[in-house]
Amino acid sequence: MSIVLSNIKKIYQMGDAHVAALAGITLEIFAGEFTSIMGPSGSGKSTLMNILGCLDRPTSGSYMLDGEEVATLKDDELAVTRNKKIGFVFQNFNLLPRMSAQQNVALPLVYAGVMKQERDSMAANALSMVGLADRMYHRPNELSGGQRQRVAIARALVNNPSIIMADEPTGNLDSKSGNEIMEIFTNLNKEGRTIVLVTHEIEIAQYTRRIISFRDGLIMSDEAV
Amino acid sequence: MFWESIIIALEGLKANKLRSILTMLGIIIGVGAVIAMVSIGMGVQNKIQNSIASLGSNLLIITPGATSPSGVRLAAGSNTTLTNKDAQAIGRQIEGISAVAPSVSKQYQLVYGNKNWMTTVQGTTPEFVSVRNFNVELGRFFSNQEVDTRTRVAVLGKTTAENLFGAVYPVGQTVRINSAPFIVVGVFEGKGQSAGGMDQDDVVVIPLTTAQERMMGISYIQTISVQAANPESINQVQEEITSLLRSRHKLAKDMPDDFTVRNLAAVMATAEETTNTITLLLGNIAAISLLVGGIGIMNIMLVSVTERTREIGIRKALGATYRNILLQFLIEAIVIGVTGGLMGIGLGIGAAYAISAIAGWNTAISSGSILVAFGFSVAIGLFFGIYPARKAALLDPIDALRYE
Repeated sequence: MSIVLSNIKKIYQMGDAHVAALAGITLEIFAGEFTSIMGPSGSGKSTLMNILGCLDRPTSGSYMLDGEEVATLKDDELAVTRNKKIGFVFQNFNLLPRMSAQQNVALPLVYAGVMKQERDSMAANALSMVGLADRMYHRPNELSGGQRQRVAIARALVNNPSIIMADEPTGNLDSKSGNEIMEIFTNLNKEGRTIVLVTHEIEIAQYTRRIISFRDGLIMSDEAV
Repeated sequence: MFWESIIIALEGLKANKLRSILTMLGIIIGVGAVIAMVSIGMGVQNKIQNSIASLGSNLLIITPGATSPSGVRLAAGSNTTLTNKDAQAIGRQIEGISAVAPSVSKQYQLVYGNKNWMTTVQGTTPEFVSVRNFNVELGRFFSNQEVDTRTRVAVLGKTTAENLFGAVYPVGQTVRINSAPFIVVGVFEGKGQSAGGMDQDDVVVIPLTTAQERMMGISYIQTISVQAANPESINQVQEEITSLLRSRHKLAKDMPDDFTVRNLAAVMATAEETTNTITLLLGNIAAISLLVGGIGIMNIMLVSVTERTREIGIRKALGATYRNILLQFLIEAIVIGVTGGLMGIGLGIGAAYAISAIAGWNTAISSGSILVAFGFSVAIGLFFGIYPARKAALLDPIDALRYE
């Protein structure tokens, strides 16, 4: 069991009013699952994504990640958890423009304290897994959108994380590149990776095996595809 | 991890070369200015010290003085109260003295062949050489025996020798001083100008007795130069000389001194204090530019943090801790400080040499000012880097990732 959320609430203070972005979420995601989270803007899916990705802490509730409580960790402990257990793929790629693809992919390993030589070979390995072995020394601006997202996926993979979090990974791509990216995710899932994907496109969600729908900070439906 | 941070910081600086260099320029100019200014101050100080020291070190000069026994006050040096016996008594009775030289002096015309030269003729004893820091370059100084026998021998200052003899080798020649023939036995090494701007080489030195009895027809002396054995005892020696001379001159308690004792060490201390103040002032003005350079670092680092908010967000999302980000930006600031500091040292040393070559001023580069300026520039990088680095490290990763 990879992720166990019980009664997770996230409440924001807006002036005098309290706004509940998450109003009590209880959810389990198992290792090896390929899950998508759907919902309109403001439904709380991004907030959940941030909490699942250890970028944010819930106001209350418990979040067990790989059997470890992470809801109450301090900032630096969260950073270490992100580094070891979570791989991010963002809508706008979030690659560092001045670094080559290989250096971008190796970045999480820098903070994990891996030596340079080992880092380079691990990064090269991850890049060949997404079919970019021949683009290792190119900078992001020398790559197409689909290629950039593949670099980002390689970066998410390189630390061998427990979960890959993908936030609208196809949102900035044309449909052809989008489909290619989803193929990669599907293949990664077949290899046994746990993937959580946030999207608002039903076509993209159809690639996954389980769709969780959100509305007003609550789970509306949770069904296998 | 520390080395990784340095490499990340260097890459960050390399990515913005022009900006990094302009930021460094503030530090370069600041450090350079401190070193150049302090070197000018130290140069002035050395020059003044040397010219005072060339008069003779630990020197006390006694002149007959202020008041005659009758109460008539005359110009210092014009009185006749000091005698050679006073000088001998000082030499015998006071401890902590290394040499005593009584002297008289008067302007005379010197003639050699068809050349003549008006100069100061000093009559004195052989101890004069050590007391007044003269070195004999050619020939020898005259002996005590020559003083006792009132021999007509002369030792010339460099300026006098050059004007009278030109290319002729002066030692052994006969020169006429006020038409009396003197044999030149030696020539002094050049000493240059005194602190007052007088040419110390425009002089002729002859035995005291010869000057008193054969030239001037007097029995008193005009100056006693006393060299104390060490700088610590000079004030005590001064007091002892004063009381000895008072008792020798039988001055009652309420009567003022009929002589004046001047302490050149005190003059030197005053001069040193003045030049120290000048050095400090110049250094402080330069230090202000260093401070301005530091504020430049802070400014650029703040811009850089804002500009790279997204980068910081990405790094944090990938697992960078507070310390990782803090180190990255702090090291960038320190690298600017250190690199700027090193270049500033080069600039400062170059400027000091250029100033002494072009303007002809004395400069003295002190390793102290280099170390202080360099240490300061590193500290400034650190101090002005901490705030922006902390700001970067404290960014919330979610906000930073959303930043456009």
